[in-house]
Order: sequence, then C-alpha cells, then structure tokens
Amino acid sequence: MDWETVIGIETHAQLSTVSKIFSGASTAFGAAPNVQACAVDIALPGVLPVLNKGAVERAVRFGLAVGADIRRRSVFARKNYFYPDLPKGYQISQYELPVVQGGSLSVMLKGGEKTVRLTRAHLEEDAGKSLHEDFHGMSGIDLNRAGTPLLEIVTEPDMSSAEEAVAYAKALHALVRWIGICDGNMQEGSFRCDANVSVRRKGADVLGTRCEIKNLNSFRFLEEAINYEVRRQIELIEDGGSVVQETRLYDPDRKQTRSMRSKEDAHDYRYFPDPDLLPLAISAETIEQIRSELPELPAAKRKRYVDEYQLSAYDAGVLTSSREVADYFEDLVGALGGGYKLAASWIAGELFGALKRAGLEVSQSPLSSRQLAGLLREIQDGVISGKTAKDVFDAMWNGGGEAADIIAASGLKQISDAGELEQVIDAVLAANSKSVEEYRAGRQKAFNALVGQAMKATRGKGNPAQINEILKKKLAG
Amino acid sequence: MSLSLPEVKRIAWLARIEITDAEAGAAQGHLNDIFTLIEQMQSVDTEGVAPMAHGQDVVQRLREDRVTETDLHALYQGIAPQVEGGLYLVPKVIE
Repeated sequence: MDWETVIGIETHAQLSTVSKIFSGASTAFGAAPNVQACAVDIALPGVLPVLNKGAVERAVRFGLAVGADIRRRSVFARKNYFYPDLPKGYQISQYELPVVQGGSLSVMLKGGEKTVRLTRAHLEEDAGKSLHEDFHGMSGIDLNRAGTPLLEIVTEPDMSSAEEAVAYAKALHALVRWIGICDGNMQEGSFRCDANVSVRRKGADVLGTRCEIKNLNSFRFLEEAINYEVRRQIELIEDGGSVVQETRLYDPDRKQTRSMRSKEDAHDYRYFPDPDLLPLAISAETIEQIRSELPELPAAKRKRYVDEYQLSAYDAGVLTSSREVADYFEDLVGALGGGYKLAASWIAGELFGALKRAGLEVSQSPLSSRQLAGLLREIQDGVISGKTAKDVFDAMWNGGGEAADIIAASGLKQISDAGELEQVIDAVLAANSKSVEEYRAGRQKAFNALVGQAMKATRGKGNPAQINEILKKKLAG
Repeated sequence: MSLSLPEVKRIAWLARIEITDAEAGAAQGHLNDIFTLIEQMQSVDTEGVAPMAHGQDVVQRLREDRVTETDLHALYQGIAPQVEGGLYLVPKVIE
C-alpha cells in the first residue's frame, strides 16, 4: 500500500530586539537566573504591558519578505494555561487577528523549487525556563526568558516528506537571519520548530489524524523525528490500529517520538482579547518605510544570479543559502570584475570544503573574498592551472598572504611558453614511441597518457590547454 | 445555553480553583444567570458591526526597543517562599 505524508510546520523565531516584547528588561542570552526578569515579566500585581516597537517592525519586515498581508490592525489575546514558568497564568499572543496573514516561501529541493504557503505569523511572548534537576525534588524557575519576543510562523500542510520539511526550515532559518529579525541560534533556542505530521493512503482526499512533535531545535532532529513518526503512524494503521491525535516529544538519544499529552488532556486555552493591550495599528507609512529598508531577498538574488550571471539554479541556491555567503560571492566577483562561474565553483568547492573541515562559518573564513579574488585572477590570466591553484589555496588558507606572492616565491607559475613546452613535448614523444603508435592506430587513451607524461615532465606546471594543442599538432604532422 | 454541574467543575479545574460540591452548585446558578444575560445580549442584531477588541477606541502606544530595567531580583525574591541559586523553587511539575 502506498502512503502519502502531510506535514505542516510551526516555527518560533526569537526576535532580535534588545529588550522584551512588553517590558524594558534585557533579552541578552546567558545571564544569571532571574536578573533580567522585571516586575512585568514576573507578573507582579498592577503591572501593565507596553508593546515594543522593534518587535512590531521585525514582524512587518518578515511579512513583507514573504509577500504576506500586513494587518493594519491586529489584536493581542490571552492564551490561558497554568505552568510555573508562566507567571501570569496566560501567555500574551495573537489569535484571531495576527499581524501577518498569508505569504509563501520558495524552497530549493533536489528536484527543483517548491512553494510552501504560509498561513500566518503572529507576535507573542516566550515563557520562562523550568529546571527539574538537583533541587531536592523541587523545580527551579528562571524567568529571564519570560517576555522575550517571538514570531510564530505557521505553514499550510504543504510538505510531503522530511526532506521537504527540512528544506523549508532551512530556507526559513536563512530568511529570518537574512532580514535581520532573528539570530537563528538553534542551540540557544532562538529558532525552534514544531512539526504536524499525518499520513494517508495515496489519493485519499481527507487528511489523516495528525500528531504534533514539539520543540525540535535542530534540522537533524526535525528530519529524524518526522521519519520516525511517519513510520510509526503507517505501521499503526497497517496493523489495524488508528492514530490518536496527540502532542509528542522527540527523544534524540533513542531516536523515537513519545506521547506527551493526548487530545483529551489538550489544553483548553480559552483565548480572549487582552484588555491590558489596545489593538495594534500599523500605518501605511510605517509599512512602506520598512519595505524600503528591506535588503535584496534570497529568491530575487537567485533569479538575478541565473539571469545575469548565467549560473545554474543549483549554484545560485548554494550562493544564496545565507546572506554572508551571498555577500562573500558578490564582494569576490566585484573585486574580480566578473568570473561568476569560476567564483561560484571555488566558493562551493574549495572554500566550503575548507570551512567545513575547520568547522567555520563563511563570516569566519581566514581567506577574505579579496584574497580569493587575487587567486582566481591568476587562474583567469593563465599564470597557474586550476590544479596548482588548489595548492596555492591551501597555502593561503594555512599561512595567509596573497596569491601572487605565494606563486612567485614557490615557483608554481604555469609554463605557458610555447617554445619551452615544445621542447618538453618533443622529448616526451621521443621517449614514448609506443604510445605514439597506439595513438596513430586510433587509441584515444594513448593521447591522454602522452598529456600525462608532458604534465609530469613539467612537474604539473605546464599549461594543459597548450600542451593539448601542441601535442595534437605534432602528432598530426 | 446553560452549564451542567460537570462543566462547572471542569471550569473550576481549568482555573485551578478548588470547590466543594455545594460551592459548585451555587456557582452553577451564578454562571447560568450570566449566561441568561449573554443570551439576552445575543438577541441584539449586530449584522455588519465590526467586533470590538477593546472598550476604548484608541490604539496601542509603542515603546522604543531599549533596555530600561535594572536587576531587582533580590528584592523580588525577598517574598518568594523558596529560592536557590537565584532560581524560584516550586513543587515539581513536569510536562
């Protein structure tokens, strides 16, 4: 029996404001417990929330970046539940009238591009943290995180595999960092995903019962959790059972999801408009101001790279995987005055390889875009071959310096002098008469062997294109 | 619409209010009186009237994104029943 998977994702992106959404307490990560929890955050009686302009602006920036409608008037609601790290007994969120409605995000898959529709994005406050260990059977509560601004971004159930879900999460992660609304630090919990997963028999028009997997804070966990959950649901149904709607948690050590609470225990949040907060009005001028400040977005850049730079869609996708990578590429081709394909292949190949081995981000690259441009210029000018350039790259990576200096100091300069190459090739032909005969008998492999001999004789510094040309001429003659 | 006794008890549980059966019975009467009032209000024709989100017809004032609060946790924790290492201690709740 063929099965179809249906996935929707909710993401909590922590907005990069310096202060909280409804108070003037700091949002800096890593402070000692409760030193950044003010009277509003700990819900002392009589306090009132005042909305942070920076959080609103970031939500609008996101809405514009995904082509959504920005609601000119939106409303905050109370989501009621009891938990020790939620001091008010309710979370201030948005329910019926969220600030961002609709929109979409296009994601790059192996088989091409896919558009994931967004349902909404709304502003809300984060809760505090509960620590359950080492407190003599009690829980320790740290309210520093309480009141940190979040943007909850909800998709339509548009994804049909873990691969698509991960591609979406990565594209969203890149976008929120790209437009500077979230630092995207997943270890610190700045970007966490919930996945709604259901399965149905292929062709069925009714959705299956879904389970929600909460708080996935890495792309790998997202993928593993969805794959496990899909298998679990299919096996359950094939064994004659049925999926129960519930909230589940992923245990990365056991690579399993487990039930957290069932529908019967589901929270009854009793949303209602928060009387402490007036409706949020956003003027057309504010929206246009924010629109004018948006950077060129990844999708627009991808299109420009393909249309204007003649790069492949794949390369364009790689180069726009983050704003830092795109900036590096643009600085590089700017310094080089073109060479788009050469630059793309060196960034995606050598540079990414070296960064990955060193565990570094592109922003931490020991090799600047200007330095790499210097190296690529030597290739373009025919001073060194692409193969030698890799050695120069390694030398620059490890010891710094400029490509031209390293080439001059180590005698790596390519031999492009026709006279010198002819001498070498004459000697190679004389010493390899067997290969010459084979070539004349029609064996192409023999030609490659002769090229190899000529490269060897020049210790890899012979200009390969020229060697090919001279060899052909001499063998034909 | 009126509330049954089990519904009243569930609402009490959601609000974490402990009530006796006698209190639940009394609360049921009070709540159903309120529902009668709501029913009366619902008979008003509101066709084409936009719902209000707030009693006052004004909009939210925004605050500049600046840190204005200082660390007063020692003061706040002075009234907490139990504190350790800067954390508030509460009976263990795990979800």
